[in-house]
Amino acid sequence: MATLTTHPDCVPLVSYRFGKGATAIDRYLELDGYQSARKAIELGPDAIISEMKTSNLRGRGGAGFPTGLKWSFVPKQAPRPKYVLVNGDESEPGTCKDRLIFEHDPHAVIEGVIIAALAIQAKMGFIYLRGEYRYLLKIMERAVEEAYAKGFLGKNIFGSGIDLDVVTQTGAGAYEVGEESALMESLEGKRGVPRIRPPFPAVVGLYGGPTIINNAETIATVPHIFRIGAAEYAKIGTERNGGTRLFCLSGHLNRPGVYELPMGYNLKKMIYEVGGGIPGGKKLKAVVPGGSSTPVLLPEEIDIGMDFDQVGKAGSMLGSGGVVVLDETVCMVEFALRTMKFYQHESCGWCIPCREGTDWLKKSLTRLHEGGAVDKDIDNIRYLAENMLGRTFCPLGDAAAMPTIGFVKKFRKEFEDHLDGRGCPYHHAPEPVLV
Amino acid sequence: MSAATIFSPELAARFDKLVTLYPVKRSALVPMLLYAQDEVGCLSDAVIAEVAERIGISELDVRNVVSYYSMLRTKPAGKYNVQVCTNISCMLRGGNEILAVCKKRLGVGHKGVTADGLFSLEEVECIGACSWAPAAQVNYEFHENLTPESMERLLSEYRTRGLAEERGKGK
Repeated sequence: MATLTTHPDCVPLVSYRFGKGATAIDRYLELDGYQSARKAIELGPDAIISEMKTSNLRGRGGAGFPTGLKWSFVPKQAPRPKYVLVNGDESEPGTCKDRLIFEHDPHAVIEGVIIAALAIQAKMGFIYLRGEYRYLLKIMERAVEEAYAKGFLGKNIFGSGIDLDVVTQTGAGAYEVGEESALMESLEGKRGVPRIRPPFPAVVGLYGGPTIINNAETIATVPHIFRIGAAEYAKIGTERNGGTRLFCLSGHLNRPGVYELPMGYNLKKMIYEVGGGIPGGKKLKAVVPGGSSTPVLLPEEIDIGMDFDQVGKAGSMLGSGGVVVLDETVCMVEFALRTMKFYQHESCGWCIPCREGTDWLKKSLTRLHEGGAVDKDIDNIRYLAENMLGRTFCPLGDAAAMPTIGFVKKFRKEFEDHLDGRGCPYHHAPEPVLV
Repeated sequence: MSAATIFSPELAARFDKLVTLYPVKRSALVPMLLYAQDEVGCLSDAVIAEVAERIGISELDVRNVVSYYSMLRTKPAGKYNVQVCTNISCMLRGGNEILAVCKKRLGVGHKGVTADGLFSLEEVECIGACSWAPAAQVNYEFHENLTPESMERLLSEYRTRGLAEERGKGK
């Protein structure tokens, strides 16, 4: 059971029903459930999208694209059926927030799908969970059944004359499938390799029909926007960054956990106050602010607000909301290597810069960490990573390259310390566990 | 469908329902492979042939998909498949030590299966338990905030449970 952690600065908006038994539809209804869907039916597509734009909600999967704008790209008339696709293939290292939503508030996801479907006039929605989240599939399936039984899904939902079907399913283990076009391929029963864009999914997506794909947290946020009002929602965050976010604090912290905080919350405060600071009185060495693909920040760079624009200005990305904290004992070459091992393992192999690049980067970083690297390796790592940037069909290549460039740029001295032929100078056996 | 089905009636029914939910039958492929693997233990040639026939695609199409997804396997795992995450958040909080404990206790390495077939071990990528690291999954069950001691205890609990079930079957 994954639970939310709280702090006085938390704003329980998306987490409003967590831990309150809202997985059962009757309890969900008691807690203002499905009121937003009813409101949305009255509003109609144009007003829903206008509300979404007012809310300043930006995609919680990582790219931070304005959700209302994304929905507005779907053509009104289309030759093929339209679809809503919820991306719950949460796999970005450092990220464990969607799990809480599925576990505690599955109906919010369904209600979000209903509102999105109303907005683009889709008659079918899919909720795709990562394969490892099997216990959550059971929760979601039950919630969907309950919604059908109440007439909120299926034919003539809420007596509106509108039909909407929702299917939940899981993947089978693939980070790449979290990328929107690979996700559609997987849902069509194929290998999860990306599609070339344009055309974008809003025009040609799942089964060739216009499709909106949103992260699970984005979709689960939608009903709350209509519950409290879009303008009120926008007020909670910062300029162009509406609302709250489920931040996943992990790594060297006294109180790691998933916390719901307003967009723009100060990162330094998040680490030292919300997360309780670093254990054992150790010093902070680095912070990965938004999941493993976001460039690392140094301790002097963390006095910033956690929204898409401010983190971007600081040279990194807000990403998926996974804040990973590293204390002074971490070897950055080892950390860079572990990060690259992941991307090398997950590269689908479709684009050469990513397939070959991640493999060569893993080999070079391994050589540095284990011994036998030469001076040129450090520049080669950076050169290779820089040449992967922007040269692949999907962002996995960038996701591997960006943090690597950051590690070399900001911790070059540490990389150089690995050059004496013996490998990692800081590498020591794990401290014995005292019983 | 030919009479040579190796799916249980429940699995066959789940499959039959699943294919009707999507605009195209093939969409049921990825989840179906996982459900079939859960029941049969692995995606054997017979399972692949049956899935291909039920969906109406070639066995090669199925194999191409099987080889893509890391949770799908063509050889059996142990009764308890221990998957230890060593990705960044877990690594920072001792994930490698948890993996070392498992290797030592089980006497197998990554993707190894114990001689009695009770356990298999895998070093896996992020499983979505970063804030409760280090973490592992045994089959689909999450185990979080692990320590080397709690991991040892967990393995002996599974061993006891597994042996009891084996004895129960023997009676």
